[in-house]
Amino acid sequence: MQRIRLRYAKRGRMRFSSHRDFARAFERSLRRAEIPMAYSAGFHPHPKISYVGAAPTGVGSEAEYLEIALAERQDPEQVRAAIDAVLPAGLDIVAARDVAQCPAGSLADQIHGSRWQLEFGDAADGLPAAVAALLAEETVLVDRLTKDGKRSLDARAAIVWVSLSISSSPASNAGEPSGTEAPAPGQAARGLGDGSGPGRAILDMVVRQVTPTVRPDDVLTALQSVAGFAPSQPPRATRLAQGPIDEAGAVGDPLGITQFVNNQTPVGTR
Amino acid sequence: MSANTADSLFDRLEPLLMQVSKPIQYVGGELNARTKDWDSVSVHWALMYPDAYEVGLPNQGIQILYEVLNERPDALAERTYSVWPDLEQLLRLNGLPQFTVDGHRPVGAFDVLGISFSTELGYTNMLAALDLAQIPLHAADRDDSHPIVLAGGHAAFNPEPIADFIDAAVLGDGEQVVGAITGVIAAFKAEGSPGGRDELLTRLAETGGVYIPRFYDVSYRPDGQLAEVTPNRTRVPARVSKHTVMDLDEWPYPKTPLVPLAETVHERMSVEIFRGCTRGCRFCQAGMITRPVRERSIEGIGAMVEAGLAATGFEEVGLLSLSSADHSEIAPLSKQLADRYEESRVSLSLPSTRVDAFNIDLANEFSRNGRRSGLTFAPEGGSERLRRVINKMVSHDDLINTVSAAYSQGWRQVKLYFMCGLPTETDEDVLEIATMAQDVIRAGRKATGSRDIKATVSIGGFVPKPHTPFQWAAQAAPEVIDNRLRKLRAAINSDKSLGRNIGMRYHDGEPSLVEGLLSRGDRRVGAVIEQAWRDGARFDGWSEHFSFARWMSAADVAFAGQPVDVPFFTTRERDVDEVLPWDHLDSGLDKQWLWDDWQDALTGYEQDDCRWTPCFDCGVCPTMGTDIQVGPTGKTLLPLAARR
Repeated sequence: MQRIRLRYAKRGRMRFSSHRDFARAFERSLRRAEIPMAYSAGFHPHPKISYVGAAPTGVGSEAEYLEIALAERQDPEQVRAAIDAVLPAGLDIVAARDVAQCPAGSLADQIHGSRWQLEFGDAADGLPAAVAALLAEETVLVDRLTKDGKRSLDARAAIVWVSLSISSSPASNAGEPSGTEAPAPGQAARGLGDGSGPGRAILDMVVRQVTPTVRPDDVLTALQSVAGFAPSQPPRATRLAQGPIDEAGAVGDPLGITQFVNNQTPVGTR
Repeated sequence: MSANTADSLFDRLEPLLMQVSKPIQYVGGELNARTKDWDSVSVHWALMYPDAYEVGLPNQGIQILYEVLNERPDALAERTYSVWPDLEQLLRLNGLPQFTVDGHRPVGAFDVLGISFSTELGYTNMLAALDLAQIPLHAADRDDSHPIVLAGGHAAFNPEPIADFIDAAVLGDGEQVVGAITGVIAAFKAEGSPGGRDELLTRLAETGGVYIPRFYDVSYRPDGQLAEVTPNRTRVPARVSKHTVMDLDEWPYPKTPLVPLAETVHERMSVEIFRGCTRGCRFCQAGMITRPVRERSIEGIGAMVEAGLAATGFEEVGLLSLSSADHSEIAPLSKQLADRYEESRVSLSLPSTRVDAFNIDLANEFSRNGRRSGLTFAPEGGSERLRRVINKMVSHDDLINTVSAAYSQGWRQVKLYFMCGLPTETDEDVLEIATMAQDVIRAGRKATGSRDIKATVSIGGFVPKPHTPFQWAAQAAPEVIDNRLRKLRAAINSDKSLGRNIGMRYHDGEPSLVEGLLSRGDRRVGAVIEQAWRDGARFDGWSEHFSFARWMSAADVAFAGQPVDVPFFTTRERDVDEVLPWDHLDSGLDKQWLWDDWQDALTGYEQDDCRWTPCFDCGVCPTMGTDIQVGPTGKTLLPLAARR
């Protein structure tokens, strides 16, 4: 039995798929691509697939991971291409590696944190001050409604670093992750109503993997609770990376294909 | 209808989608979904299933027409479904209209809005969608800029309750008539739309196959009954006929079924193995209005299954029809399909199976790659007398023998479907359901030696439907149904050792009464629908959204000062010479034959199936120029090239 780890992306409108939606589409794509899956034993055999930490519904991702087990040996790149070819556009398998080539330990063992990007469509007045206020705290508890009821988690302690950039031109889409639709002209200013000036804010941050997971919306809740910051529309969130975190706060590749990439200086807010 | 008004709204929708539940249902992009360039075609269809995406997406009618229309060079079709109240509220707040999930275009920009009604309980969702689409609710208020609102599906066989809201209705199979309608609209537009909306509707009526309610005047008698329904212009027919596709092998749709990302009610590929049914169950509108029986050939089915699986990756294939085990070659078909897919993990299912057509060999073929979790049968009536009345002859002994065989072959659960409130029904008829369920448990225990045997009894309220022998019958009042079901539950639980292995699922009688009002109503019922919608009714098929009190108060308002009320349309038995609201709509069934069959029902006289006995003159074939098409063809399915 061969095990292959895959990295996939949820792009564009496919970020609205839930993890269950993805899992069903992925299993169907395995059949359409005729991947020789290994199946679990028992009365209802299931293809052997294990997922780690899926991005929340509505959040895009460039870095989701899963592991599949095959009944016969295959070239990982061919498996990747075959599955990718039959998945809907926007659910894209972007990398594959035989487990033997990957860093030792389970996939989950490699996941220490995530790098998230939050794009605010309107001029995010008060965002710099809110971020500063959040970082000034050691602990910010927020409540999240889960199906098991309300849970309290520390949204501040899990943050490794935050970087904020505000572009002066609303039309420029610097930092747009590939695959997302460009907003219509004028959209950045829509819904503001107060004419508080142009600008598009992008919040870039690395959040440590803790239990329960701190998600982008938990950080937003924290920004609201420390500084009353409430954007008129929720930001568009994307996971850019997840994996090990090095000493400089850069997030690495759990498949070990690429080195740590740190194109953002972790300076906190400016 | 200029092209720029049809631009995608997605950028404006996107921020709203982050705030609603299950946003994936609104984004489209399903496997096998299509988008065509707006300006490349003349005729633009929006196809709506008036319920939530999770219910509407698997609908075969919509999927078939979506593909048939998109294959035409002169047309495109996009889909739209009812939006949940959370998104409806946000759309209204942001001034956004009802949109299609394919191109996210405003529904109001299309030439035709085709709505498929499997059930009358979708009517309020139509009004919600029209209003959200900024299309005037009343057909009379629409102008040349608005789509033609076209109703289809089984409920369209009596579209009178929605006559004020629709421009047109088509009866029967849609595959061919959507092409004919497209042709009429394309020619009309090419001529520069002479005479506007009125002329276009007249041209559609002239074909004889499109019903335009506004071209017919309805008059009433002082007692509230219909006096007559007459055409009010010369170019329209006195009666409008249903459509019948005569060679299913020529229409192998859907070829590439839609595969949603969102979870839906049916996660399988469906192949319709025949259309129509002549078993003659008197309650069954589907069986009456889809005659005659037309089988798809064993080779045609084999090709559709193979192509559909390759296009979708589904792991279950459902062989659909009104009574699937009645296909003349069901035994070789099931064996050969099971042989083909033995090595893969594809399982086969046969959703509608009669007890008398079922056999263990067949069931074993269907469970070869699947599970033996449950078998479903629908005796419909609790007592043998009642089953003679409804012409669904399944004897108690047949059922017990069949389930005994099934249990001994490894099945552990049987589901039994019944109706309550059938004509002539008494408490005793319904209480026999308990006896039957208890005997099923006893038979299962005997056959297996195990006490771990389960049976579920599922009961729905009977709603008399147009174009059936029961169209004259009095519908049972909700109190009658609820009372009988209470007694049934007590009877099931009277023997604890058996009763704890019997599950009972039922709906209370109130939604059925509203469905009855909408099914056999005339144009005066439209005001009730509109009032109910204005009072907040939508998603009436969902018990958490349905309000009986809202419907009854809407009826009080709408019927005020009129000689009719809810009982007039529901619990009142009709007489032989009453003009029925759908008499000018021709399903092919001879009204005298229906009446005779109704009289036979009252005396418990059974009617055979014309596939195996001589024609009994229901009228469909001579009226519609059709004929029964059944095998066997004697053809076989060859094994496919090796699949992994």
